[in-house]
Amino acid sequence: MKPFTYARPAVASEAVTTLAADPDARFLAGGTNLLDHLKLGVVEPSQLVDVSRVTGTAIEELADGGLRIDAGVPNSDLAADARVRERYPAVAAAILAGASGQLRNMASTGGNLLQRTRCAYFADPTTPCTKRDLSQGCSARGGWARYHAVLGTAADGCIATHPSDLAVALVALDAQVQVLGPDGARTIPIGEFHRLPGDDPTRDTVLAHGDLVTAVDLPATTPAVRNSTYRKVRDRASYAFALVSAAVALEVADGTVVDVRIALGGVAHKPWRATTAEATLRGRPATDDEFRAAIAAELDAAAPVDSPLGGNAFKIPLVTGTVVSTLRALAGGAA
Amino acid sequence: MTTMDARSMGASVRRIEGPDKVTGTATYAGDTVADGTLVLHPVQATVARGEITAIDTAVAEALPGVVAVLTHRDAPTLGDTGDPEHRVLQGTTIHHRGQFVAAVLAEHAEVAAEAAGLVVVTVDEAPSTTGFDPDGEAYAPSALANGQPADSGAGDPDAALAAAPVVVRASYATPMEHHNPMEPHTTTATWVDGRLEVFEATQGVESSRQTLATLFDVEVVVHASHVGGGFGSKGLHAGTVLAVLAARTVPGRPVRFALGRRQMFEAVGYRPATLQHLSLGASHDGRLEVVAHDVVGATARYKEFVEPAGGSTRSMYAAPHRRTSHRAVPLDLDGPTYMRGPGEAPGSFGLECAMDELAVALDLDPIELRVRNEPEVHPENGLPFSSRGLVECLRTGAERFGWSSWDRAPRRRLVDGWWHGVGVGCGTFPTLRFPGSTAEITFTGGRYVVAIGAADIGQGARTVLTQIAADALGVDVTAIAVEIGSTQVPVGSIAGGSAGTASWGSTVVEAADRFRDKYGENPDDGDHADAATPDNPWAGEYAMAAYVAQFAEVAVHADTGEIRVPRLLGMFGVGRILNPTLGRSQLQGGMVWGLSMALHEESVVDPRFGEVINHDFAGYHVASNADVRRVEAEWIDEDDPYVNPMGAKGIGEIGIVGVAAAIANAAYHATGVRVRSLPITCDDFLTSGLLSP
Ligand SMILES: Cc1cc2nc3c(=O)[nH]c(=O)nc-3n(C[C@H](O)[C@H](O)[C@H](O)COP(=O)(O)OP(=O)(O)OC[C@H]3O[C@@H](n4cnc5c(N)ncnc54)[C@H](O)[C@@H]3O)c2cc1C
Ligand code: SF4
Repeated sequence: MKPFTYARPAVASEAVTTLAADPDARFLAGGTNLLDHLKLGVVEPSQLVDVSRVTGTAIEELADGGLRIDAGVPNSDLAADARVRERYPAVAAAILAGASGQLRNMASTGGNLLQRTRCAYFADPTTPCTKRDLSQGCSARGGWARYHAVLGTAADGCIATHPSDLAVALVALDAQVQVLGPDGARTIPIGEFHRLPGDDPTRDTVLAHGDLVTAVDLPATTPAVRNSTYRKVRDRASYAFALVSAAVALEVADGTVVDVRIALGGVAHKPWRATTAEATLRGRPATDDEFRAAIAAELDAAAPVDSPLGGNAFKIPLVTGTVVSTLRALAGGAA
Repeated sequence: MTTMDARSMGASVRRIEGPDKVTGTATYAGDTVADGTLVLHPVQATVARGEITAIDTAVAEALPGVVAVLTHRDAPTLGDTGDPEHRVLQGTTIHHRGQFVAAVLAEHAEVAAEAAGLVVVTVDEAPSTTGFDPDGEAYAPSALANGQPADSGAGDPDAALAAAPVVVRASYATPMEHHNPMEPHTTTATWVDGRLEVFEATQGVESSRQTLATLFDVEVVVHASHVGGGFGSKGLHAGTVLAVLAARTVPGRPVRFALGRRQMFEAVGYRPATLQHLSLGASHDGRLEVVAHDVVGATARYKEFVEPAGGSTRSMYAAPHRRTSHRAVPLDLDGPTYMRGPGEAPGSFGLECAMDELAVALDLDPIELRVRNEPEVHPENGLPFSSRGLVECLRTGAERFGWSSWDRAPRRRLVDGWWHGVGVGCGTFPTLRFPGSTAEITFTGGRYVVAIGAADIGQGARTVLTQIAADALGVDVTAIAVEIGSTQVPVGSIAGGSAGTASWGSTVVEAADRFRDKYGENPDDGDHADAATPDNPWAGEYAMAAYVAQFAEVAVHADTGEIRVPRLLGMFGVGRILNPTLGRSQLQGGMVWGLSMALHEESVVDPRFGEVINHDFAGYHVASNADVRRVEAEWIDEDDPYVNPMGAKGIGEIGIVGVAAAIANAAYHATGVRVRSLPITCDDFLTSGLLSP
């Protein structure tokens, strides 16, 4: 572990300028992800800029009926907020499906969106990894790829998945991310916030160095969003990252799908909004067969990887089963 | 022949060190930190095989705070313990990735870690094999890890299989698994005036002392007041040798080396992977004609350890034609070692799943199948059993579990989108007694001080030995003070082989008898007597073992294939339970591990790097609280006068045995999908085509 300096600015703009001035500096929020990476040697920052005094901890009503969640709101507070639970049940469910009570107390809303992949090779600096270093190859290909991506991948490229549960729910709900950068504030729709690996898997998001997440806005709720949930499938019943997960919102009238949102976790480099499935379903009968056909259309483009140490082709039927059973439950049937 | 009268034995006496543990005052090996303690950080091989051609320590040595950098160049020649793992820094050959090739001693952990990263080791890499291929080059070992022969048999199994009316042939795979006790292996060592004092996370202070004395030719004192779990992994490994090598260079200053979690995956052993070929042949009425259990298992090239996975098949069921065999595939990994139920745990997965498949083939209740094949005497050596509770465990367990309320056909119960099924798996574990302990009893201040170098690794040795001593002396537990966990009290054998309590307890009883013979009921202050472990006069006359019937209910999600275990019941025949509270937690703990083995645990070796790639708790899953639902451990009344004076069979390992098979069999019953490879995960069902109703 390399020595580093530590700063704790009192205003957001100072945090941004400090970071922007030092290409090897990193923001530090709850530290539940970043400090692990320091210990493992995955990152070796020159400076930690603690943002705990500059990111707020409030959840406030917005004029349009939505909610603004400050970047410093701990995950546990966000999941416990009565307005969130009632108006955006998928958000609370997603948080509670992740990590542990202690971790959720420490973890911040901003840090959660910016947590890095859980790919085992990424976390082991002795193995090559394109995401850590563009000059290296991807060790997950041909290696332990059970948790890896099936959608949005490119030949030979990074097949990491984004690990955040919260982000999947936010993508289904069309949240907006408020960012303060060296050139001022801007708003990024969450669907455009995380990236596919493309030719630069070192970048998980569209943020530039020095961009600080200040808040996340949830738009006004809708009947579908009120009827939303988060389903996480993993090998053990708790305390594990998703094999696949789904944030699903559904409004059905007279047996017909009026509105539906589906975002998938554990399948891609970013939370995956299943727009094809949504479009296929809207206006169709709320039946298992229709649900199945819709998700099959979404998975048409899937490219599972094969590996002697465990591939991920099983994610295709797993996503199907997860989405179908979640839609069925939201439509009023048994999960 | 009778067992001792029990007044304290059998009572749920509270764990003596419980208050110390829950208040955080119990001291473990790493807690004994004196001022001036130096911290060791190892430099580890990054390839699986090769020769070191150069080590450059200059930059590391120059780092402020670094006290010394150790390499093979300056290490003394160590004595020979016969264990290649103990030859630390003795040469340039790399046998496995993660091998300690140098070490940094520094004032602070951070400095030691950074300096270790600055040591440049140049290696001439050689080709290596680290992935287990059961079809790979295998050899016939001279013996199994427990000293038993690799092969055994009777009759003509192949001919009997060809002739048997009903035959099951199937292969079962168990992966490499790591123990991961909560407390990582830790050594605090001080070398002063030609004497070495070590605070060690060990399952046996005396065996550690002997090993270190042999290696370093020095007087050694070892302490282990409290040990945070061992499960077979806390023998003496290379890390301890490295810490002592370091302590030797800084006389008078304590050196502390605590392994990190990732190092727990490369330096302290593991359960090696197996592939088990089972062949069962039976008559139409379910009598076994032949049982054959042929095991191919991984071992380390530089250190042989052959998991005795076919071992318990030698005694489980009667059959005139029988065979067990073990072949070993050498890998360039660190050495495998004992892990809770070594042999029995993976081996019962093979045998007990095959028995279930046979029951299906025969259309016979799997419990009835086992009852029909209950042997009257040990099937291989012909000895009568000192006691054998398997049939009673099966019958009372089935009753308690509600076995008969389930339709035997698979895929019959779909409740709220989950397939439910039940399964049974059985197991055994030998009842052993290790020689070589000495117990000393001294009457002082109105109490009996009972001293024996036993190890309390969380199993409750202090408490149970107190109960045994109380009954042996005919006094209340409050009149006993037990002193264990150090080589400064008389010698104790290891906490292992489920034989700790039997070995130390028999010794304590012998010393108590001598004490009473010598001094009667009213001793004077300072009176004392000691005794060595007595031989068991019935050894060689009876076959002695513990038995279990494990019952599982499993639920498999019909859309996602997620598998959960709502219910486990273990019905044990283990002789006298000396302390129901401690005994139950020991047995339940084993069952929880069985569940974890069934559904979660697997060390994934990436042969391109020669390492376990899921080498932390993010990647290596053990059961979480939410996975563990109803887990009941119960036992039959069993009076065994032959095993030891307490009538107690060991309970450390039997808890895990049979669980994975019960769960796999229940999963088959739930879904119709037969999974023959552990761990069982959703993909096994998703790709079966049998998941949807
Ligand atoms: C054992 C364990 C289990 C876990 N399980 C789950 C799980 O099941 N599901 C799940 O979703 N998560 C899980 N997590 C991850 C956890 O949710 C994240 O670690 C946490 O949300 C990160 O928040 P933090 O505030 O601690 O971020 P930090 O660790 O402080 O920072 C993470 C990253 O975000 C950057 N950052 C922080 N704040 C900002 C900001 N305001 N603007 C810009 N950049 C910022 C940091 O520079 C850093 O790169 C788990 C973590 C652990 C350790
Ligand atoms: S999948 Fe991505 S993160 Fe994992 S090894 Fe490959 S490049 Fe690195």
